[in-house]
Amino acid sequence: MNRRFYIITVVFLLIGTALPTFAQDVLIKNGTVLTVTKGTIENGDVLIKKGIITRIGNNIEAPAGFKVIDATGLYVMPGIIDSHTHIALTGTNEGTDAITSEVKMRDVINSEDPGIFTALSGGVTMVHTMHGSANPIAGENVTLKLKWGKTAEDMLVSEAFRTLKFALGENPKRANSFGPTRGTPRYPQTRMGVIAIIRREFLRAKQYKEDWDRYNQAVKKNKRLIPPRKDLRLEPLVEMLEGKMFARVHAYQADETLEFIALAKEMGFKIACFEHVSEAFKITKELVEENIGISIFADGWAYKMEASQGIAYNAGYATKKGVLVSINSDSGERIRRLFNDAAKAMKYGGLNEEEALRLITINPAIQLGVDKIVGSLEVGKHGDIALFREHPMSIYTRCEKTIVEGEVYFDREKGGEK
Amino acid sequence: MIKRLLFFCLLILSGLTFLSAETKKSGVIVIQGATVVTVTGDPIPGGTIVIEGDRIAAVGKDIPVPAGAVVLDATGLFAYPGMIDAGCFLGLQEIRMVRATVDSQETGRVNPQVSALEALRPDSMHIPISLSTGITAALVLPSGGLISGKCGLIKLTGWTTEEMTIKDPVAMVVQFPSMRGSRRPSDTPQPPSRNLQDLQEIFDQARYYGQAVSAAAADKALPLPDFNETLQFMQPVVSGELPVLFNVHSEKDILDCIDFVKKEKIKAVFMGVTLGWKAADKIAEAGIPVILGSMTDMPSSWDDGYDAVYRNPVLLHEAGVKIAFSSQSSSLAKDLPSMAGKAAAFGLDRSEALKAVTINSAEILGVAESMGSLEKGKLANIVLCDDDILELRTNIRHVFVEGVEADLSTVYTELLNKWKKRHKKPE
Repeated sequence: MNRRFYIITVVFLLIGTALPTFAQDVLIKNGTVLTVTKGTIENGDVLIKKGIITRIGNNIEAPAGFKVIDATGLYVMPGIIDSHTHIALTGTNEGTDAITSEVKMRDVINSEDPGIFTALSGGVTMVHTMHGSANPIAGENVTLKLKWGKTAEDMLVSEAFRTLKFALGENPKRANSFGPTRGTPRYPQTRMGVIAIIRREFLRAKQYKEDWDRYNQAVKKNKRLIPPRKDLRLEPLVEMLEGKMFARVHAYQADETLEFIALAKEMGFKIACFEHVSEAFKITKELVEENIGISIFADGWAYKMEASQGIAYNAGYATKKGVLVSINSDSGERIRRLFNDAAKAMKYGGLNEEEALRLITINPAIQLGVDKIVGSLEVGKHGDIALFREHPMSIYTRCEKTIVEGEVYFDREKGGEK
Repeated sequence: MIKRLLFFCLLILSGLTFLSAETKKSGVIVIQGATVVTVTGDPIPGGTIVIEGDRIAAVGKDIPVPAGAVVLDATGLFAYPGMIDAGCFLGLQEIRMVRATVDSQETGRVNPQVSALEALRPDSMHIPISLSTGITAALVLPSGGLISGKCGLIKLTGWTTEEMTIKDPVAMVVQFPSMRGSRRPSDTPQPPSRNLQDLQEIFDQARYYGQAVSAAAADKALPLPDFNETLQFMQPVVSGELPVLFNVHSEKDILDCIDFVKKEKIKAVFMGVTLGWKAADKIAEAGIPVILGSMTDMPSSWDDGYDAVYRNPVLLHEAGVKIAFSSQSSSLAKDLPSMAGKAAAFGLDRSEALKAVTINSAEILGVAESMGSLEKGKLANIVLCDDDILELRTNIRHVFVEGVEADLSTVYTELLNKWKKRHKKPE
């Protein structure tokens, strides 16, 4: 009797733990589906099985056991992706040294940051959350799915590019407002110094790599050789030289952006994306030629000198010229209205609705190297979806539900609580 | 050939001068065919607006075109009254982190002697950007301290401060800074904040000072009080002549300020009012209008809900409070229409949202007799655009300020046009 009771209990417990799989089976029904890459489907349905989109179309019936979300009167769009933010971190700037390539944002993920919830309330499902801009070479960034309530480990996106943060211009110049050395001028203090110190570190990294290559050759013949000393600061730069990691570069002015492109060629590493680039409209030619995307504000400008020419036409104009543009938040507040920011590129730059939507969906996905799994509504991609009342490019819109891999993480009907 | 060309050019030129001379002579412009959103009445599809000099001479349907009038075909466009930004730092903040370009905040806590418009930079690069978004007037604010100084209302065209000034001063700005984080409500009544106690003391001293001054004026035998700049510049406030603009946020500060306004018998406007919804009935009962702060503020407490700031306008409106929106910015003052639109996304009726950037703002700032709606006799501050004026995508086509069509070029367009030359393909 007792034994049977235990068995039954265990069986029920097992079923219980298996349930989350079912939670990821959902049919979103009868919405205006903005796929972003494959047009718009009126009265469309999206079927998500185990978190993956398996069908998109009209009149799809919900298989048994699938949850149905009625999207009548709502717009169904891919979850918004923020290519540059700092939410969900317990620290942003290791500003004591100019070069801190050894630090990793994945070590300081704060899965309980309310910023995650704020982002979800604005339809955001994925973020590239980054080191700050206090250092010419900062640390490794991390890409997360916003699974509010789950662990940091659950949120990591292993498919994303590995990226290292660099910063040019005013911020690294004036950084020493941090820590015990506060007030002491820290090299570099000029744009000359910023470029020079990054070059210096890559020259060191090249030599370090050479030392190891030589050792690895020599040790085959002589097992008793002493290996070179490990340098955790240079290791990430070696990975960059080997093409295993890409640069994400904070740069406002056109001039410093071009200088960095030249430096990357000189040293032989790849740039994934430039951040902010207030003056991208001046150098769309080079950005297109080099195939480097930009992650920028819609119209945030004139808060500092290097942002004083950051005109609102930047995103729209650069897009029209063929640059891969994403609109980022860089903020725990702006992140909840990226859809508003994207719409600004319609007024300034003349983008159409779909082009504007791309700025916060597929374009950032491409920049993060995750466009095969997210960024648009296509069969085979993750069921990361935001439901909006009114077209997301209208100021009168608002996010109603945010879904990550088929699970609802934000629901306005439930007072926003999960 | 060249001769012929020159002749042709001359012909065109003379034609142009003739046209402008003709306009000047009659001074009448007729905007025809637009959907006229008057704000105070129903929208008029295919309506006509007649501008005579700086005023609106007529608004309606099937109005005959006066002889000699210049006609602007606005078919397919919408006509709105110029929007009013009821609180910004235009002309006072150029590049926020470059101190040399910022004049919005004086040092010290008590500065009733300063006037925002006395530091105004008419040539600020931010002003034309607001103008090109359909904003034609703005309240320019001083900030910081307890008494920040006097705010003034400007139009967004003109070469000098004098030309731009509509009304100065509008009010004395007093600050009750917002409290971040949740404060548990207390059962025992709390004393008024230090800010309010200090303000009370200044008021008491100012009244005494005023009495001493008028007594000495009436009787030459009495000595004048020692000159006191603060108390002197507080006279129009304590006398009830100059309203106080209370930048106030917490429920307690709001309630305390209501009591203070009643007790001191002064005119008041509230600004910010982040937690206004908690005291909406009391604000409505006191009849104090509210200029909402930025809609991009975060809620002060998570307990209030993620959308507390977004819902605040509709809750205040439903309680019967008169509301207006403000940008609280200079570099992004152009976002004023989005503030109203965002509130509409969270329940505020769209027509009320529009009122809160036009007629309500005019009423609160005491200029409704001349602006805030498209009505006969008001100043011809008119915006012609291709869609809903609060929408992000909407393009502004023409802006008239006091009957004169404004130049809509901005530093945005100037920089873009300059650098477009670099990317032009060789022909």
